Amino acid sequence: MPATTPSLFKRITPQLLILAVVIGLNFLVFPDFFDVSFRNGRLFGNLVDVFNRGAPVALLCIGMTLVIATKGIDLSVGAVMAIAGATAASLVTDGYGWGTALLGALATGALCGFWNGFLVAVLRIQPIVATLVLMVAGRGIAQLITEGTILTFNNEGLIRLGAGTFMGIPTPIVIWLALGTLATIGVRRTALGMLIESIGVNEASSRLAGINSRVLLICVYLASGLCAALAGVIVAADIKGADANNAGLWLELDAILAVVIGGNSLLGGRFSIVASLIGALIIQSVNSVILLSGMPPEFNLVIKALLILAILVIQSPRVAHLIYMLRASGPERLPERQRPSVQEPKEDAL
Amino acid sequence: MTTPQAPLLHASGISKFFPGAVALDEVELKLYPGEVHALLGENGAGKSTLIKCLTGAYRRDGGTITLDGEDIDAKSTAESQELGIGTVYQEVNLLPNLTVAENLFMGRQPTRLGLVNRRQMNTQAREALLGYGLDLDPGEPLNSFSVAVQQVVAIARAVALSGKVLILDEPTASLDRDEVDLLFGVIRQLKDSGLSIVFITHFLDQVFEISDRATVLRNGRVVGERLLADVTQHDVVTLMLGRQLEATVQDRKAGKPGALLLEINDLAKRGMIEPFSMNLHRGEVVGLAGLLGSGRTETANLLFGAVQADHGKMLIDGREARIANPRDAVAQGFAMCPEDRKTHGIVGDLSVRDNIILALQARQGWMRPIPRAKVHEIAEHYVKALDIRLASLDMPIRLLSGGNQQKALLARWLATEPDVLILDEPTRGIDVGAHAEIIALIERLRENGMALLVASSELEELVAYSTRVVVLRDRHQVRELTGDEITADNIVHAIAAEPEKGAA
Ligand SMILES: Nc1ncnc2c1ncn2[C@@H]1O[C@H](COP(=O)(O)OP(=O)(O)OP(=O)(O)O)[C@@H](O)[C@H]1O
Ligand SMILES: [Mg+2]
Repeated sequence: MPATTPSLFKRITPQLLILAVVIGLNFLVFPDFFDVSFRNGRLFGNLVDVFNRGAPVALLCIGMTLVIATKGIDLSVGAVMAIAGATAASLVTDGYGWGTALLGALATGALCGFWNGFLVAVLRIQPIVATLVLMVAGRGIAQLITEGTILTFNNEGLIRLGAGTFMGIPTPIVIWLALGTLATIGVRRTALGMLIESIGVNEASSRLAGINSRVLLICVYLASGLCAALAGVIVAADIKGADANNAGLWLELDAILAVVIGGNSLLGGRFSIVASLIGALIIQSVNSVILLSGMPPEFNLVIKALLILAILVIQSPRVAHLIYMLRASGPERLPERQRPSVQEPKEDAL
Repeated sequence: MTTPQAPLLHASGISKFFPGAVALDEVELKLYPGEVHALLGENGAGKSTLIKCLTGAYRRDGGTITLDGEDIDAKSTAESQELGIGTVYQEVNLLPNLTVAENLFMGRQPTRLGLVNRRQMNTQAREALLGYGLDLDPGEPLNSFSVAVQQVVAIARAVALSGKVLILDEPTASLDRDEVDLLFGVIRQLKDSGLSIVFITHFLDQVFEISDRATVLRNGRVVGERLLADVTQHDVVTLMLGRQLEATVQDRKAGKPGALLLEINDLAKRGMIEPFSMNLHRGEVVGLAGLLGSGRTETANLLFGAVQADHGKMLIDGREARIANPRDAVAQGFAMCPEDRKTHGIVGDLSVRDNIILALQARQGWMRPIPRAKVHEIAEHYVKALDIRLASLDMPIRLLSGGNQQKALLARWLATEPDVLILDEPTRGIDVGAHAEIIALIERLRENGMALLVASSELEELVAYSTRVVVLRDRHQVRELTGDEITADNIVHAIAAEPEKGAA
């Protein structure tokens, strides 16, 4: 049910702490990191960049969180971004307005999501396999749309979605903040969130309780497709062209990572979109540290991997247990100090 | 029993705290070699928690455990197995996708040239299970068998692993009398060879039949240890509950059935259940009796749309109803508590509160969330009405004790205020006190005009609340008993009778 403010805050505390640390690192390697200026009617600064560059992954992880909450996964979002970008680009180059292009892209995204949802919910194909199909085929489809070239365009309206501003704030930021808020309200002010969690924890029980798991599953993948399409349009608009080969490449993995850093279990169940969004910001901040530290680019991926590994290790139950043991080894051990998270039965009991 | 020497396993001062609850408070347990020791207590008394602390599934917060006079401190269940403690946990804990044989031999498969010798493994598995009266293909995946079979497999595995101590947490909950007898045979053999056996159950008859000694827990404390030869069932119950259990006088003849609600005509599903016909009136409890595998659960599932009928039809209030799935059934005022609460009932990671309102919310649709205050009211109401013991409504339901999970599921369906309530083994894992309460509840619901269909393997229970009993055998409806015909004897007869003609 709707998360009350204190419990939401408690839920996202670890993510906020990690974000603070990574932002701190940014500040260490680049003392001007927090400088924000307002020029030509737009906010500038490294912090703004983190929010802006993080937009695609942030958008993706909104849908991905919902999919993962149902015990699923959507590997196709990167490819769907390419398809949607290509669709938007080809529509504007064909002379349609940016509104039509946006709607067209969203419709393709929805179609892709529906396809995934159909495979998972109706044909009962395992999500990882089902979405792999589109992950592989999707780029091919995008290439067919762009006819193998990088389809450039100069439609002002469309470009504004990626590079424009809204009241001085870069549009992508506004879009992901708005969609994130909308999605959070959408799942928590209705019963959707609980029903999705229920399916993710135990689909058989949920169905017997009268939940329409098939429709819900399809909706969740549909939502993921829509988020991916929006991300695809923003990326295309930003570079004023649709690149079928590279748009959204590997971003599905960043999106999954954001969800995991957000503390959501890949086994489904309880989820928090807000935590995932912070996860996305953490990933972008890590990218930013590497960039600002001026390290040779060939180190980028390795360092990113190490930083992320560190984040995941800190969040792992074993380390949590260790911290708990250290704390509990004090002189007296009162029941109130027992932490619930480490009291779980071991599931390996045979 | 002769007065035993030193205990084989001695746990003392065992404490376990959970947030908001003291599950065990300085509990002592002494197991002597060659004895069957019953561990008794209400739902939530701490029996399963004690077992888990002994075997290392939980870290205990205090106390010592000695085995053969030596301190032990198993940090995992694997470690306690190595020490010779074999355990069947309350919730069957096997790997459903693996085969029966693999589950039996997991971690100690017979090998040949370093590879698992499948054929030998399957032969050995088959032999081992024959000892429990199960003749099946051990190469099949475990999840293709019923809960009862899975339970036997878990027991066989634990028996094979137990060198010194065998612990059985409600092993007989889903077994038939015959299987229980076979199990008891095995237990007696093990006992003669000097093992200590811990036996947890809510069936007091079984306790007195097989156990020598009992330790009784209440609210996480030991309230007594007794030699069973010295006490009566009544004493034990009083010790468990801390009060006398009023004898529930059954006077079900009061009130006659109301209007016809449900007509079932030849409903069937090929390979699962033969054509089934029955009328159900308001204010009536129809019991479904039969052996394991006789089609009780299948019938319940068929009515609820959990499996789809391929033949026959169903009329509700005279109108033909199409029930293709549980959602349709719920919309038509049906409710069903399934047999296997872990996989088909609870949604483990969600809170007790969410679990209780799940069906109601699902019926209302996602767009109309039940207001928080209302949710709280409903949950509080049923927690009180059914006496569900919990630390908080926000705790995940999987942390509740088994019997309390069962009650929470009942609450889920009562909250939908159904017309037809289907209960499949409603008292499984429920303690004596709650057992009486549930029977009284069924009675009350019936008086208020609900129509109930109850499948149960406990005949006394069926006799107590049913106004009619339908007996099933081999997936066939073989008899219907009404009024004074409803006695345990008659049911047994109907179940056992040769398939002569003239059946319903
Ligand atoms: N991990 C946990 N976190 C919090 N509370 C718990 C946890 N596990 C058990 N409890 C609580 O501890 C108490 C004892 O539970 P336990 O499962 O041992 O009862 P039990 O005697 O086995 O009951 P039953 O007969 O219903 O199986 C219960 O109140 C339960 O809610
Ligand atoms: Mg228990």
